[in-house]
Amino acid sequence: MDTMFKESVKMSWQNIIHNKMRSFLTILGVLIGVTAIIALISIVQGVTDNITGEVMKMGANKITVQIAGTPLKQGLTQTDINEIAQIENLKGVSPTVSGQTSIVYNGEVMEEVAVQGNNDVHFANSDELLETGRPITIVDVESKNRVCLIGQDVVKELFPAESPINKEIIINGVTHTIIGTLQKSSGFSASSPDQSVVVPYTTAMSLIGTGYVPALDIYVEDEALAPETTAEVESALLTAFNYNEDGFRIVNMQNILDTVEQMTGTMSMLLAGIAAISLVVGGIGIMNMMLVTVTERTTEIGLRKALGAKPGTIQLQFVLEALFLSLFGGILGLICGIFISFVGTMAIGVEFTLVGYSIPLALGFSAVIGLAFGYAPAKKASRLNPIDALRSV
Amino acid sequence: MNTILNMKDIVKTYRMGDEEQRVLNEINFNVEQGEFVTILGPSGSGKSTLMNIIGCLDVPTSGNYDLNGNDVAHMDEETLSEVRNREIGFIFQQFQLLPRLSALDNVELPLIYAGVSEKERKQRAKAMLEKVGLGTKLKNKPNQLSGGQQQRVAIARALITQPTILLADEPTGALDQKTGVQIMELFQELHAEGKTIVMITHDEKIARHGSRIVKILDGTLTEYRQEDEQHG
Ligand SMILES: Nc1ncnc2c1ncn2[C@@H]1O[C@H](COP(=O)(O)OP(=O)(O)OP(=O)(O)O)[C@@H](O)[C@H]1O
Ligand SMILES: [Mg+2]
Repeated sequence: MDTMFKESVKMSWQNIIHNKMRSFLTILGVLIGVTAIIALISIVQGVTDNITGEVMKMGANKITVQIAGTPLKQGLTQTDINEIAQIENLKGVSPTVSGQTSIVYNGEVMEEVAVQGNNDVHFANSDELLETGRPITIVDVESKNRVCLIGQDVVKELFPAESPINKEIIINGVTHTIIGTLQKSSGFSASSPDQSVVVPYTTAMSLIGTGYVPALDIYVEDEALAPETTAEVESALLTAFNYNEDGFRIVNMQNILDTVEQMTGTMSMLLAGIAAISLVVGGIGIMNMMLVTVTERTTEIGLRKALGAKPGTIQLQFVLEALFLSLFGGILGLICGIFISFVGTMAIGVEFTLVGYSIPLALGFSAVIGLAFGYAPAKKASRLNPIDALRSV
Repeated sequence: MNTILNMKDIVKTYRMGDEEQRVLNEINFNVEQGEFVTILGPSGSGKSTLMNIIGCLDVPTSGNYDLNGNDVAHMDEETLSEVRNREIGFIFQQFQLLPRLSALDNVELPLIYAGVSEKERKQRAKAMLEKVGLGTKLKNKPNQLSGGQQQRVAIARALITQPTILLADEPTGALDQKTGVQIMELFQELHAEGKTIVMITHDEKIARHGSRIVKILDGTLTEYRQEDEQHG
């Protein structure tokens, strides 16, 4: 049996090699199908990783609250914020106040600069904010110090040749001392910090002339308890807005991540479905070729049977031939797929990742296709009557 | 003497629509070990049908057939394959060599199905090709051999499993007269060595190379007698 298997492998292989061009055309379908599957999985995975990475950078331990306000109350008061800060499992609360204004340095005016009010917590929870100088401190917030940090576009525009630290600029008519500069943005966040100045949020409130805070970033100590903490934040906000649910919106990063993963998951399934269809088409190609081969080799099959080949042996030989064709297509498709996803991810600008399960998936899929579509032709070959077969010369 | 082939009341009928055609009509046929029997008959007389049954490629409609102790008339396809491999060495009119394989590989084929190891196969096939006078053509493909040489390769292939019977259907039919005679001389050598041969032919001259002739006409088998020769 061992000898027979070895010989069957050899015979199938010789036949494939003998018809190189035809074999190649036959495996093209499986090749393209596997290429598509591998490329799609890798590219979708690359994009997903990228999005997840960006979202994670924004912080999975961060609860963002956006205040829409009610007719009676347009935002959170300092009292509300102090109330929320009492909730357990919090690292800190960072109110955000934003507006837009012009700034002046040395008689030079820069229009449409975003003014953002933050506090010490904001800087404490991200090491990707501060470039030079010092961050905003709790003292700056409590004493409404007229200090600011400026973004890289502002540095370039107003301080092309000198250090901005300790220089004084006029924001909305009020003089502020520059205490630091902000890092250049990675380019993915919605609002670019490059064209902005950051001041203590209390200072920002008086600059803009509002008594309300329109947004909060709440930092959680233990991420595992984030859902409970979120619930407590929600109840505090409900109290603040007199049980009007439309007054605010809570954005949890984990929710965003879940949505992203769900979306990309659905997309992968869809694309994989399309690729699977092309694999089936490839399988039909193999079946067609195997049926032709069986017809062409009727005499050979008859002779082999006359010399003692059993139906099972003949069947094995042809099933192996279909299996090899399909596997060969699968391996070539794997190589092409990896190459295409490498180029593709590079073109989109995301990191290339070879998804581990894609290799066994591609090979397994093509093996199954080969066996499934090789079975019928092989069965046909094994049933050929040696008398008819030998007479057909 | 030892009877290795025993056929009793073998009938083969083919059904063509409503009509039933009896191609072999109650054939009784024995072959002793070491005999060189030729079956002589005109076209359409049922020679190939008989040969297919002798060669275990087909089973009779009724009757008993014992080949070297195997009850062949009642075997399934799987077992028939084994019996063919072990007991029969086929030699065909059209040689039936696989065109992509070398002479050596062609001769090896039956041993593959017998499960013989590669090393032993090569050795035995080489020795057999030397025996039929093709020791220098081991690597040649069939299309690089003459007709006579191809038939010698086929004979080597038939001999390789040391079968009970060599079964030849018109072995000289595709050869010119001179080459045909050479092949017949090889058959007679094998007969002299003690091999059992059954040969089918429509050519009386070729049939005479055998040690015994039986005639088949319209599916009925008769022993060849002296008066047949005088009439013919
Ligand atoms: N599969 C079949 N179905 C129906 N009839 C068949 C079949 N095989 C053979 N026959 C018939 O049986 C008869 C004998 O055929 P067979 O092939 O045995 O003749 P033969 O003696 O070998 O002739 P030849 O010398 O021409 O080869 C013929 O009349 C043929 O038509
Ligand atoms: Mg015939």
